[in-house]
Amino acid sequence: MNNILEVENVGKTFGSHRALDNVSLQIPRGQVYGLLGPNGAGKTTLIRIINHITAPDTGSVTFDGHRLTQDDVAHIGYLPEERGLYKKMKVGEQAIFFARLKGLSRTEAVGELKKWFERFGISEWWNRKVEELSKGMAQKVQFIVTVLHRPKLLIFDEPFSGFDPINANLLRDEILRLKSEGATVIFSTHNMASVEEICDNITLINKGRNVLTGNVEQIRRDFTRGKYSLTFNGDASRLVKELEPMISSYTLDLQPSGAMKLDLGLAPEIETRPLIAKANELVDILSFNPAMASMNDIFISVVGSSNQES
Amino acid sequence: MNSKVGIIIGREYMERVTKKSFIITTILMPLLMLALMFTPILIAEFSEGDSRKLVVIDESGVIAPQMQSTSIYEIVPADSSWQQMLETEAADAVVIIPPAAIEGNAPVELLTNGASSMNLETALTSQINSIIEQTRLKAYNIDNLDTIISSIHSDISLISRQYNADSDNKESSTMLSYALGMVLTMLLYMCLLLYGQMVMTSIIEEKTNRVLELVVSSVKPMQIMLGKICGIGLVAVTQILIWTALIAAMSAFLLPALLPADMTSEIAAMNSGSADMSAMSTDVGVLQAVSMLSDVGYILRLFGLLLLFLVGGFMLYAAIYAAIGSSVDNIQDAGQLQSVVIFPVIIGIIFGMTAAADPTSSLSVVMSIVPFTSPMVMMARIPYDIPGWQIIASLVVLYASFFVMVWLAGKIYRVGIFMYGKKPSFKELVRWMRYK
Repeated sequence: MNNILEVENVGKTFGSHRALDNVSLQIPRGQVYGLLGPNGAGKTTLIRIINHITAPDTGSVTFDGHRLTQDDVAHIGYLPEERGLYKKMKVGEQAIFFARLKGLSRTEAVGELKKWFERFGISEWWNRKVEELSKGMAQKVQFIVTVLHRPKLLIFDEPFSGFDPINANLLRDEILRLKSEGATVIFSTHNMASVEEICDNITLINKGRNVLTGNVEQIRRDFTRGKYSLTFNGDASRLVKELEPMISSYTLDLQPSGAMKLDLGLAPEIETRPLIAKANELVDILSFNPAMASMNDIFISVVGSSNQES
Repeated sequence: MNSKVGIIIGREYMERVTKKSFIITTILMPLLMLALMFTPILIAEFSEGDSRKLVVIDESGVIAPQMQSTSIYEIVPADSSWQQMLETEAADAVVIIPPAAIEGNAPVELLTNGASSMNLETALTSQINSIIEQTRLKAYNIDNLDTIISSIHSDISLISRQYNADSDNKESSTMLSYALGMVLTMLLYMCLLLYGQMVMTSIIEEKTNRVLELVVSSVKPMQIMLGKICGIGLVAVTQILIWTALIAAMSAFLLPALLPADMTSEIAAMNSGSADMSAMSTDVGVLQAVSMLSDVGYILRLFGLLLLFLVGGFMLYAAIYAAIGSSVDNIQDAGQLQSVVIFPVIIGIIFGMTAAADPTSSLSVVMSIVPFTSPMVMMARIPYDIPGWQIIASLVVLYASFFVMVWLAGKIYRVGIFMYGKKPSFKELVRWMRYK
């Protein structure tokens, strides 16, 4: 079984609102898998279905080779986006409570927790009440509670929100370390830079539908096929006019240095060489590069076009 | 799976039982109730010194010489005109008896400095009435009138025993049963509302600070809800158990030790049926009440049933409270939905009070079996030793309906805890129940 999780044709409707519409995705073992989408796209609903919190109306979820059951949540760790702790409870007692809910015995929990608290440098908080903790501290406790039982599948929803850059780095390293130890991670975020940095594959959901799935590198390459950017000094309007037959789309920008930048898409059946030659006659070329789309651009473009379709 | 509910119950329970406020109220409450019981006696003690100075102007000349001061008023001689005495506050009140008071029913006039009082008027009327009656009797010139009157005077005591063919007839004090019925009904009413609301507010809190989002990833919503209700229910049971122990200990050890020796022997005599009621020094009603209270078995049975009805009633109402708590974001929004709970509880307490006065009326019997009112109404009837089948029927109906209610509430809860923002209408709550 190469996939730890398979979601097949899952649909979920709340009243008249179609939260998920035939969503399918396969999550390969040992990867960091990005689950992306605008607010209200249905990510949280999908995550709750994966977590066996809500049941899908249609479709099925397969975990580790069998149909997902309530017992499987012992092998899943979920850090929700909106998360809190019992304010009046002591940190240590609270962590033990959550660990026991995941099936650890009290002694196991205490042993594991001591290690993690030391690693995060928060051992002295053990007997403090949660209400005395800063937001970042509470976030660390929540993270520990999520990963403590060594789940096979980890689901992080906006894990970095509320963390300063130093702690965010610490957290990212921990996530990658867990991955190297064999855990699979589903990573849901709006921070596209971190997606480029740590995700292997992604699925982009919009309005309850899967609109884009694939390997991050591959997607970024596919998305920029036939797209280039040209920086130059010279008469921009004349250049555009002359190149018009060879390009399908373009945007023109003035660079801070005073040079012009033309982002263009090649028209079908056109090679780069004649285009460069033509441009070379008209302006002073400073650079000519294949464009590298950021996940941010891809997100905006894909969501935008799928919104137009519907 | 069930161990998860256990872990949640443990957390809910420990969080509350270890609170200082819980420990304090649990110990103080019985003391407070004792204080409440003794307050009327104390008030009576203290108000005695506060008697009013009364001047009697008797135009008939017959009544005034026979009048005596009482604890409520003190008769003072009129040493100047009564108007002057009132003005200088040498007298608080003046009573003017008309010349024809004995012959006809001419009204007697009472003038007071400031407001009159119910106590004063009642005491005065009754004394003047009895003087007039005696004077009229004397007018018939009957020989040995005093002897005749004292020999015909009657003041019977009613000893009520419930007939029981199998064993000795049980001693029962209606007065005490009534009082106990009221107290138990109020106690249950308070527990249901207080602990029910505790369930609701604590769910709202968990929801708004988003700790539920974390818990729900390990435990099914239904189990979380059950754990919460049971945990808080156990706290209520603990409190009642501690009170039972305190009260039982009091009735077993403290009460016999405090009672005067002759009273104890009189109770023993009364219970064995060998007592000569006319020779007793204490009022029979009081004896019966004390006898019932010092019967530890009776007290334990009462509290045992109280626990059963508390648990059933609490589960029923707490389930509704849980559904309400899960569907709103803050306590203000809960107000309107709460009427669903408050309304039947109020009906219950009203019928409970009626039932304490008349436990065998058919209305009381019906209301003590209808699930929403049954805990309160039944607790008002139980001190009277009503038929066992009614108690059992009431418990069966109550427990069956709480199972249904918990199931329905769970359906709302699992949807409600993820709904933020708009306060749902009843229609939406019903729709949530139908979600898969």
